[in-house]
Amino acid sequence: MEKFTTHTGRVLPLCRSNVDTDQIIPAAYLKRISRTGFGDGLFAAWRAADPDFVLNRPAHSGATILVAGTDFGTGSSREHAVWALQDYGFRVVISPRFADIFRGNSLKSGLLTVIASQRVVDDLWARVEADPTVPVTVDLERRQLRYADVAVAFELDDYTHWRLMEGLDDVDLTLRHSASIADFETARPTWLPTTA
Amino acid sequence: MGKTLAEKVWQAHVVREAAGEPDLLYIDLHLVHEVTSPQAFDGLRVANRPVRRPDLTLATEDHNVPTERIDLPIADPISRLQVETLRKNCAEFGVPLYPMGDVEQGIVHVVGPQLGLTQPGMTVVCGDSHTSTHGAFGALAFGIGTSEVEHVLATQTLPLHRPRTMAVTVEGELPAGVTAKDLILAIIARIGTGGGQGYVIEYRGSAIRALSMEARMTICNMSIEAGARAGMIAPDDTTLGYLAGRPHAPTGAEWDAAVAYWRTLRTDDDATFDVDVELPAATLTPFVTWGTNPGQGAPLGGAVPDPTSLGTPGEQVAAEQALAYMDLTPGTPLRDVRVDTVFLGSCTNGRIEDLRAAADVLRGRRVAGSVRMLVVPGSMRVKEQAEQEGLDRVFVAAGAEWRSAGCSMCLGMNPDQLAPGERSASTSNRNFEGRQGAGGRTHLVSPLVAAATAVAGRLASPADLTAPVTVGPTEQES
Ligand code: SF4
Repeated sequence: MEKFTTHTGRVLPLCRSNVDTDQIIPAAYLKRISRTGFGDGLFAAWRAADPDFVLNRPAHSGATILVAGTDFGTGSSREHAVWALQDYGFRVVISPRFADIFRGNSLKSGLLTVIASQRVVDDLWARVEADPTVPVTVDLERRQLRYADVAVAFELDDYTHWRLMEGLDDVDLTLRHSASIADFETARPTWLPTTA
Repeated sequence: MGKTLAEKVWQAHVVREAAGEPDLLYIDLHLVHEVTSPQAFDGLRVANRPVRRPDLTLATEDHNVPTERIDLPIADPISRLQVETLRKNCAEFGVPLYPMGDVEQGIVHVVGPQLGLTQPGMTVVCGDSHTSTHGAFGALAFGIGTSEVEHVLATQTLPLHRPRTMAVTVEGELPAGVTAKDLILAIIARIGTGGGQGYVIEYRGSAIRALSMEARMTICNMSIEAGARAGMIAPDDTTLGYLAGRPHAPTGAEWDAAVAYWRTLRTDDDATFDVDVELPAATLTPFVTWGTNPGQGAPLGGAVPDPTSLGTPGEQVAAEQALAYMDLTPGTPLRDVRVDTVFLGSCTNGRIEDLRAAADVLRGRRVAGSVRMLVVPGSMRVKEQAEQEGLDRVFVAAGAEWRSAGCSMCLGMNPDQLAPGERSASTSNRNFEGRQGAGGRTHLVSPLVAAATAVAGRLASPADLTAPVTVGPTEQES
């Protein structure tokens, strides 16, 4: 995984709550067996249905920070949603609340999900509407969001913070504990089923 | 202080805990399907790692499979490649697989329980959010993404932060005609699609204890629709009765030892939950959704709500957007909403009991001429049993289509899809925009409401129907 330290970019305001993963990447795109190339499926139905959908507006092209309403990423566990956002060019998603699995997936894949209050989200939406080029900085090291004269702290547990900053692979980290896993396995009850 | 059921199961699976780090949790059963696994197997290959415990891993084909002519190769080349990739990966890494055409093939969350692989106190994961289904057995079961699938394949563990706990207590008796599906839709409408976020929900109370295993699976299945990653129900005699004699259930002395342990799997009387929610069973009625997320639902006897009557400004905007997509007008009685398609199936309501309930409504009746009804069993075993009981003949006689097992129109990755603008009553779990086909409109319903709706051509419960034609020659004809 790529290291994440600080990112400055422009904002895409997605003024909707409950954006589910079926919208982020419709099922038709899930048939691929690669991890890349999902950007064309990002919000495909909304992009096709509405020429004025925010992703279709030239003013926001090149935005790297998606700012959405609450409960972003609900629904399916498809990590393809994260890959689609990354493939399209997003590095950060900001929302008041994320669905658990989506957030887990994003932090495993190096897409930073930042929890900010609805007040901050509203403020960001208003500022981007006034000026689509307003730069926003997401400082992972200091766990801080900065734009114009505003600086807000965001929370992220120390372990995930460290893993993202160092760009560490979870499987590698766990394999360091192979001996503990083997010990655990010898103590498992014998009635537990196997699939063989 | 005592422990909750979730805490007990969690604690029994901690491989390693360290301050400031997530717990490393051992996984007893890892279920795999074709959609969320190819990139995980690729990851193993790149890192040159084996699957640590293929004997605790099971794969099945479900999302892409056509439900007609399953003897033929899949027509869609991209779907076919995905399914073939699963077969190749399973062969290469030694993972057992039930492919299309196998008598054990079916939707992953139907297959695990019916084989007796899902047992109380286990940890169960799958690259699929509806893994919460397996919590009906008192297992801690949750959906994971593809990176986590790779992690479990490689290590049989997952690093996880301890979730908070929520009790949803339903006391009393469900009125006649009110099912587990109505109950869970009402719960989600109550706590919201994000209300369970960060929690494991334990469903408790006399109404829950009275439910069959199938009904408990319906409840736990949709926990994710309330934002909770997992739902659980403490094991009891109903659970043991379901498990006994299943192919992978323990036998003899092992069964006795297992039962002794399973009996300890209940929330201690002095344990506390982070959040308590109560819902009286007696006031519930059939429940259907009107919007584009599972929390946007109302009693069937109600009307499409006026967005301005809803709680927060955010909910109001969401409801306006949903009604525009659904092409519904505030104030319209839900019973006036006409549907084009009825889908009976999915990991929520594709089990034998669901098919029986729907068949009971359809016996001696006809699906309305304007409606197409698809009946898709959750697994080939369910299909087999339904055919033994003659349910297939009831469906066909009523004018419904009888299909083979798979996810089908739950998400339309196979040819079973809604056309743009088409409206369905569906026993599945998600009414998201385009979920059942681009531009399709979905109302989530119970199997009873699905069957009655098929007959009436508009959202209805069995109580709304006129008496069926007496079972006789008409049914035998086809
Ligand atoms: S039936 Fe629907 S919800 Fe269940 S696993 Fe298949 S696609 Fe997912």
